Amino acid sequence: MAKILSIIPERCTACRACELACSMKHYGEFNPARSRIKVSIFLEEAVYIPTACTQCSEAWCAKICPTTAILRNDDYMAYYVDDNKCVGCKMCVLACPFGAIELYPDHGKAEKCDLCLSIDGDPECVKFCTPKALLFTDEDAGPKAKQAATALRMKKVYKEMAG
Amino acid sequence: MGWIGTILRVNLSNGSVAKEPLNPQLARAYIGGRGLATRMLYDEIDPRFDPLGPTNKLILATGPLTGTNAPTGGRYMVVTKSPLTGAIACSNSGGYVGAEMKYAGYDLVIVEGKAPHPVYLWVNNDRVEIRDAAQAWGQSTHETEDILHNATNAEAKMCSIGPAGEKLSLTACVINDKHRAAGRSGVGAVMGSKNLKAVVFRGTRSVKVAHPHAFMQACLAAVGKLKADHGSGEGLPTYGTPGIVNVINAHGFMPTNNFQFGQFIGAERISGETIRDEILTRNKGCFACTIACARVTEVKAGQFKGSGEGPEYETVWGLGAMTGVDDLAAVTKAGYLCNELGMDTIEAGVAIATAMELFERGYIPESEIGRPLRFGDADALVEMTEKLGKVEGFGAILALGGARVAERYGHPELFMGVKKQAFAAYDGRGAQGMALGYATSNRGACHLRGYTISAEVFGVPQKVDPFAIEGKAALAKASQDATAFVDSTGTCVFTTFALGPADLHAMLELATGAGYTEDEVIKIGERIWNLERLFNLRAGLSAKDDTLPRRILEEPIPAGPAMGKVARLSEMLPEYYRLRGWDPQGVPTPEKLKELALAP
Repeated sequence: MAKILSIIPERCTACRACELACSMKHYGEFNPARSRIKVSIFLEEAVYIPTACTQCSEAWCAKICPTTAILRNDDYMAYYVDDNKCVGCKMCVLACPFGAIELYPDHGKAEKCDLCLSIDGDPECVKFCTPKALLFTDEDAGPKAKQAATALRMKKVYKEMAG
Repeated sequence: MGWIGTILRVNLSNGSVAKEPLNPQLARAYIGGRGLATRMLYDEIDPRFDPLGPTNKLILATGPLTGTNAPTGGRYMVVTKSPLTGAIACSNSGGYVGAEMKYAGYDLVIVEGKAPHPVYLWVNNDRVEIRDAAQAWGQSTHETEDILHNATNAEAKMCSIGPAGEKLSLTACVINDKHRAAGRSGVGAVMGSKNLKAVVFRGTRSVKVAHPHAFMQACLAAVGKLKADHGSGEGLPTYGTPGIVNVINAHGFMPTNNFQFGQFIGAERISGETIRDEILTRNKGCFACTIACARVTEVKAGQFKGSGEGPEYETVWGLGAMTGVDDLAAVTKAGYLCNELGMDTIEAGVAIATAMELFERGYIPESEIGRPLRFGDADALVEMTEKLGKVEGFGAILALGGARVAERYGHPELFMGVKKQAFAAYDGRGAQGMALGYATSNRGACHLRGYTISAEVFGVPQKVDPFAIEGKAALAKASQDATAFVDSTGTCVFTTFALGPADLHAMLELATGAGYTEDEVIKIGERIWNLERLFNLRAGLSAKDDTLPRRILEEPIPAGPAMGKVARLSEMLPEYYRLRGWDPQGVPTPEKLKELALAP
């Protein structure tokens, strides 16, 4: 089964270690501005939300790419950018509704979260997420867990109604 | 590597902005942060001059591990001559601003002179502007952040002062990311004296390390140790620093009502457990911190309604046990006010507690204060905290700090601190190592220059008897030197519950590739400690300042587990000087300076 990057914002402590780990893994240096995962920190509301590419089933970035540089790995069901094909036209940047793909002037190629497929397929951000707000899990692990939680709540209500 | 290699120097008198290369030999010898900034300050200013005059400099300093994945690698320090103590000041803070400063491309920012009108500094990578701060002047730190985010970049990180710093309160701190404080020694007043409201950074550049792969492995190993440790992996994230309220109170040296008692009857009400049950929204980490001890809190109802971060342990003590107030909502509100108005919660709390004792003993007339000021009065606490922060009414006197309040009313002996800086939340009578540490701390009374409580209470690295004096000189020295090292790397002292110098050395060496040996890093800590001492000696301080208030030296703790104890400073201090390689007057000997390769 395909594995996905699962994000659980309520566990995030806003330390941004994921941003550091990401930039180090892909560029060999620490630079959160270049991280492919970003933690948005709403200090006043005490809400911290990590966001990264959701690896759409039908990815607009890949569809619009004139050089078919954005490809899907069938094992992971994740998209990666083939640097040899990317010409830096930025159509993918326009197409992505989440801002999950970007270009940096010094590189001139599209950059996005590829679940570290371009390196070893072992997402570095997950390893550095101490509060486990980031998980590398089976595709259906999240929904299955929510289903189980819902069933538990229903069980409680059912017992109250019955009892 | 690790270091960026660039210093930003800004002169507010003439508006000049310069980028200078970091001296690699100096960086190698003093690492960064506290050590490196102190060396530069020592070399550049005359420590005898007025700390609030234009010749004083304000240095914002990161370490080589700031901005890296080293756990807690986000610290920055504010180094200057303190207007509170007249000694070296080095106040340390987390949050995000330190890392952002490095991503903007600077290891240190040195601010000189005095602006002709209120300004802020906008550092957008290599574009640096001194901008008019009229719209932010007079505003709280929170409003200032909102205003300056709008004026610069929503992603920017900043440090600023509140009204307390603008009005040169000696309790003023520098606040960053709204809730984090470079708290002690009145560093906010120095910023205010320069008409500098804020320093705003936006950085999109890189921090590089010498051995990336091995460095990341070392970081992961350190993260694992922090997580496995009872304190850093469980206690701190769950209960925050106030998790130790009940522990210290049970030991009988929780300073209460201005150190008149060693136990606080209301301790449970202000404990980490109660905070968690009643006001905690969630815990939060500073940049790169895997511990996440910060308390994000909300008081949902009542007259003290509000939200923010904290209170931390020192805050629930300074504004709580110290003032005899056990109303958690009031203490929390007073803590929020300190963050918003820009005061050190310790110095503010102790100033109020000092005034409370002076009032109760009849040394301050009620007419002077405008209300009765008794221990345990929650309304008085919040009202006085606000007045203190705004430097209004009696608050203008409190704003000078407890030492000057006690002096003003003719009873300097009732100020509980050293070198005019207030004690922290441990009564030295009940922990002799702490007593010695307070007396000898280079920035005045402080628990963070050498946290002997680690050994005396928590058994890290091994348990020692808090009441004993044997071995305490060596313990204080070792703890002081190790902390000076940690503070210079850009990581947080809370890592030391789980990480030893070897762990931190590994990360430092892999980041810098500078050839540091494990033995050497503690020696560097000792070098920094001696340098701070030299700064203070040059500023006019001497061995006579290495002392404690009469209450701590002569009046026994009246009840509880530490009953009958006094601080036995005179029995420890000569040994401490000897171990330090200082003469009986507390002056480092030429041999010691030579051994430390420390040019005076």
